Amino acid sequence: MNSRRDRPFVRIGAGASYAGDRVEPATDLAARGALDYLVYETLAERTIALANVQRLKDPSAGYNELLEDRLRAALPHCRRHGTRVVTSMGAANPLAAMAKAGAIARDLSLGPLRIAAVIGDDVLAYCQRHADSLTLMESGAPLCTLAGEIVSANAYLGADNIVAALAQGADIVITGRVADCSLFLAPMIHEFGWAQDDWDRLGQGQVCADMVECGANVSGGFFADPGYKEVPDLGDLGYPYLDVAADGTAVLAKLDGTGGVINRAICTEQMLYEIHDPANYITPDVVVDFTGVRLEEVGANRVRISGGRGRARPDRFKVSVGIKEGWIGEAEITYAGLGCLERARLAERVVRRRLEIGGVALDELRVDYIGLDSLHGEASLPPAHEPYEVRLRFAGRARSRRDAQRLAGEVETLVGKGPAMGSLPRTGVREVLAIYSVLIPRAAVQARLAWEVT
Amino acid sequence: MSARFHLREIAHARAGDKGDTCNIGVIAYRPEYYPILLAQVTPEAVRAHFRGLVRGAVTRYELPLVEAVNLVLENALGGGVTRSLSLDPHGKSYAALILSMPVTVDDAIAGRLQALGRRPLP
Repeated sequence: MNSRRDRPFVRIGAGASYAGDRVEPATDLAARGALDYLVYETLAERTIALANVQRLKDPSAGYNELLEDRLRAALPHCRRHGTRVVTSMGAANPLAAMAKAGAIARDLSLGPLRIAAVIGDDVLAYCQRHADSLTLMESGAPLCTLAGEIVSANAYLGADNIVAALAQGADIVITGRVADCSLFLAPMIHEFGWAQDDWDRLGQGQVCADMVECGANVSGGFFADPGYKEVPDLGDLGYPYLDVAADGTAVLAKLDGTGGVINRAICTEQMLYEIHDPANYITPDVVVDFTGVRLEEVGANRVRISGGRGRARPDRFKVSVGIKEGWIGEAEITYAGLGCLERARLAERVVRRRLEIGGVALDELRVDYIGLDSLHGEASLPPAHEPYEVRLRFAGRARSRRDAQRLAGEVETLVGKGPAMGSLPRTGVREVLAIYSVLIPRAAVQARLAWEVT
Repeated sequence: MSARFHLREIAHARAGDKGDTCNIGVIAYRPEYYPILLAQVTPEAVRAHFRGLVRGAVTRYELPLVEAVNLVLENALGGGVTRSLSLDPHGKSYAALILSMPVTVDDAIAGRLQALGRRPLP
């Protein structure tokens, strides 16, 4: 393992792909993977908006809740093997996350560690100042036309700040909102010295990054379909890593002895995941063209990735704006046995009538028959016979918490005041934190690094 | 002669989300199945199959090197992942819905599928 600096590739492991991802497989990668880099990507569209809400309540919060579990488990291995960590676990508070990481490193007596935080993705003030002129990507309407309190605005930064931190010797880089792929692209740029306008190389690198940015979704996760797509030992799913060569081509693999599968089929699923026009996938670093990508199985659970291309990066950053948009009330009740569907349908009529009587103001009401057609509605295949049980679900969006609560309440009372023989309803009310997107000029973002040295 | 099967017998799929837009990568299990995707998994057919779910445009992109098409369904996620009332706000299960689409295959392919124990549609 000491000779791995002589390897003709850089090994980058994917330790997480969402906030609540499993901890153990990443630790296994850190312990046995001979990694150069371990990357934890933990931000979905809404994650950072939720984290902002937490930070507003508690200035020391707003970073990933599993940061301590993850770093305590992995850092001793990373230290032993010289593996550097790159992560978006900073979420809405990279500085607090950096402080926490430093405390953990000291507590574990890991010796001197350089920890960098990338800050500056928070562009809430800019967006508020320019709410009249910024237009929503979803509708083209000005940002200022949204009703509701804007709680966050975070720009999807690129790889460059992480590259700078690595160049300055960071052992750990903690970011807020950075484009998922860019977390993985940054180590490639740093190691191979790719020019900022070497678009085809960056495009190919970003193709490889895209392959692992959803973690184990390319090594067996979200793939198994018994009888059609089999995944060995899914329970002990191994997380993937990339061996990237200087030309940007890579071999995707996972650790021996772990469950899961890496083949051409799952790689193709992952490659197309969340892209629209495959010739124009926009990232902050490069516009990626997937149309020439080749995927070759070069061994058991090993796929070679090549053929990605790129074009000049966009001149604007995408920003996710989080806005409080009222409340959702939800409630569910199950009917079973003979006639269950008729009793459920009667329950729906009863609740609708009572909402009318009570004057409950809902912007939208949805009623689902779970077990019948709740996900696909009229597009569902028709059932061969009446189901033995059906779960009736109501979900309504309201401007006020009170109206959302009243919807839930009218379902709750079905237990005594509705049709016969229903189960005890379960109810909930939650605040809507909606996400919209706008584009802002690069110059509007002043990203910088902060440091802590243990 | 020909026979009809669910798309599931010749292709697999994964769905992703961005706001109110859903994309579904549909991938042929074998290169010789790819022309069936091109001929039959058209935007029009997909829109009809997803009746009631898609309010915007349906666009299809072709990826011959990996024998796949990428379907992009706009205004298809109940107003957007973060405000949808659906139990599947991300539309992940839409990949399963596309696989229930009927497709017509020729005799040679039908024979191979039946040898694998796959049953044609009535």
